[in-house]
Amino acid sequence: MTHTLRECDVLVVGAGPAGMSAAARAAESGARAIVADEGVAPGGQIWRPALRSSSPVVAQRWAARLAGSGAVVLRSTSIVELRRGANDGWLALAESNDGGFQIAARSIVLATGARERFLPFPGWTLPNVVGIGGAQALLKSGMSVRGRRVVIAGTGPLIFPVAASLARAGAMLVVVAEQAPRHKVLRFAAGLWRSPALLARAAAYRAAFLRTPYATGTWVVAAHGEPAVQSVTITDGASTRAIECDLLCAAFGLVPNVELARLAGCDVAEGRVIVDARQATSMAGLYCAGEPTGIGGVDLSLAEGEIAGLAAAGRQADAALLGRASALRRHAAAIDEAFALRAEVKALAKPDTIVCRCEDVRMRELDPRWSARQAKLYTRAGMGACQGRICGSALECVMGWPADSVRPPTQPVRVSTFLQDIQSAQSLPHGAH
Amino acid sequence: MSAINIIVDGRTLAVEENATVAVALLDAREYAFRTSVSGEARGPLCGMGVCYECRVTIDGVPHRRACLVVVAAGMRIETAAARA
Repeated sequence: MTHTLRECDVLVVGAGPAGMSAAARAAESGARAIVADEGVAPGGQIWRPALRSSSPVVAQRWAARLAGSGAVVLRSTSIVELRRGANDGWLALAESNDGGFQIAARSIVLATGARERFLPFPGWTLPNVVGIGGAQALLKSGMSVRGRRVVIAGTGPLIFPVAASLARAGAMLVVVAEQAPRHKVLRFAAGLWRSPALLARAAAYRAAFLRTPYATGTWVVAAHGEPAVQSVTITDGASTRAIECDLLCAAFGLVPNVELARLAGCDVAEGRVIVDARQATSMAGLYCAGEPTGIGGVDLSLAEGEIAGLAAAGRQADAALLGRASALRRHAAAIDEAFALRAEVKALAKPDTIVCRCEDVRMRELDPRWSARQAKLYTRAGMGACQGRICGSALECVMGWPADSVRPPTQPVRVSTFLQDIQSAQSLPHGAH
Repeated sequence: MSAINIIVDGRTLAVEENATVAVALLDAREYAFRTSVSGEARGPLCGMGVCYECRVTIDGVPHRRACLVVVAAGMRIETAAARA
């Protein structure tokens, strides 16, 4: 064990765009900054260090800026607990490949990003049924899709870059199904004239998979196959058809990762961390930036990260930066409205469909009158390895159950990490217990 | 991009260096990363460390998320198929 306690002024959790800009701005302001991320390099999911394609210029620019800022980057490191530390600071429990250790920080920036929302449908547990962002992540990690038949079924603007990546990588993209109705998608597209850069990006993506139909008002019903997916059934409500495929990418938008914020006691409403104009949460010394404050995309994440990094280091963001963030937030609201989930996709699970994939809890075992807590206690739904990150977000949609409370650790850790935490707490002069 | 050898369920596989374990297995058409509590074969879903569906044993350490670990020369991986 090399370190049992590391100290810094600003700890940034997550090194996606928001975390990178937060850590860079904090360090440039003179703060001793540490940024911890589960990935093998900074970039997060959207700028995941790609194997076969080069990163966008803005990603390279921020990577260079972070590297030159003096911030310490901890790779392959998870933050699994957050609590009040000495002198009004915070204490984080971290786990890396080498084991557990503590990080004491005067302030924290939570830049924990988002995950995909999965909704249960018959066959969604089959191998080779993956997320849409999931497919993108696997592609960027080097997955080969050349000549493979791929179907995308889901919702939201994320479909476009992923479809383009799959097509460019040589996949036979059979159909792209968007559950949102045609008129809403068209209205959203028409509104893009206000953001020429986004419009150009969308057009370039569409050009890359132009031979594949983009079917609006169409959604997945079931996946079939043995031992892995072989076909998918999709419908537009009027007609239903089965399509053969080797890979099905199915997901229903993004869900902010707010577990650490909730554990720390931050106010959260409608699944988003509540922040003020400086990205400060309801807890002193704790800031939040990027997707956890509401899904807004990479540009908003960068702006919020900058504001949060400056604030965490005791500095003020200028009016231009604050103005950029609020303009980008208006665009995010338009996405929410256009790609709202239709009722049909929330009711795809049959009685024998597994809803909790960790504990294999089936739909028929759940009583709509319960809460998420009751489902946990009676069936173990949400008690498995993912700690309800998949089924919790699904059941919030399907059953209307708000997420259950968060307890440490926020994800599975080794027992040695816990022991490290206890031993360190006992040896600290100002132990926070 | 050069290739390195890893050992999957006792079988030697040549894979691209810098690939994640998840991708190395998927490209080798290994579908059953783990077996669920009711006996279903499962593979990667989220691709980013959230869902824990891609758990395999790597160099003797169980429950490693294959999507978060990069392959290394001589790495030994056990999937659900080996335990079946």
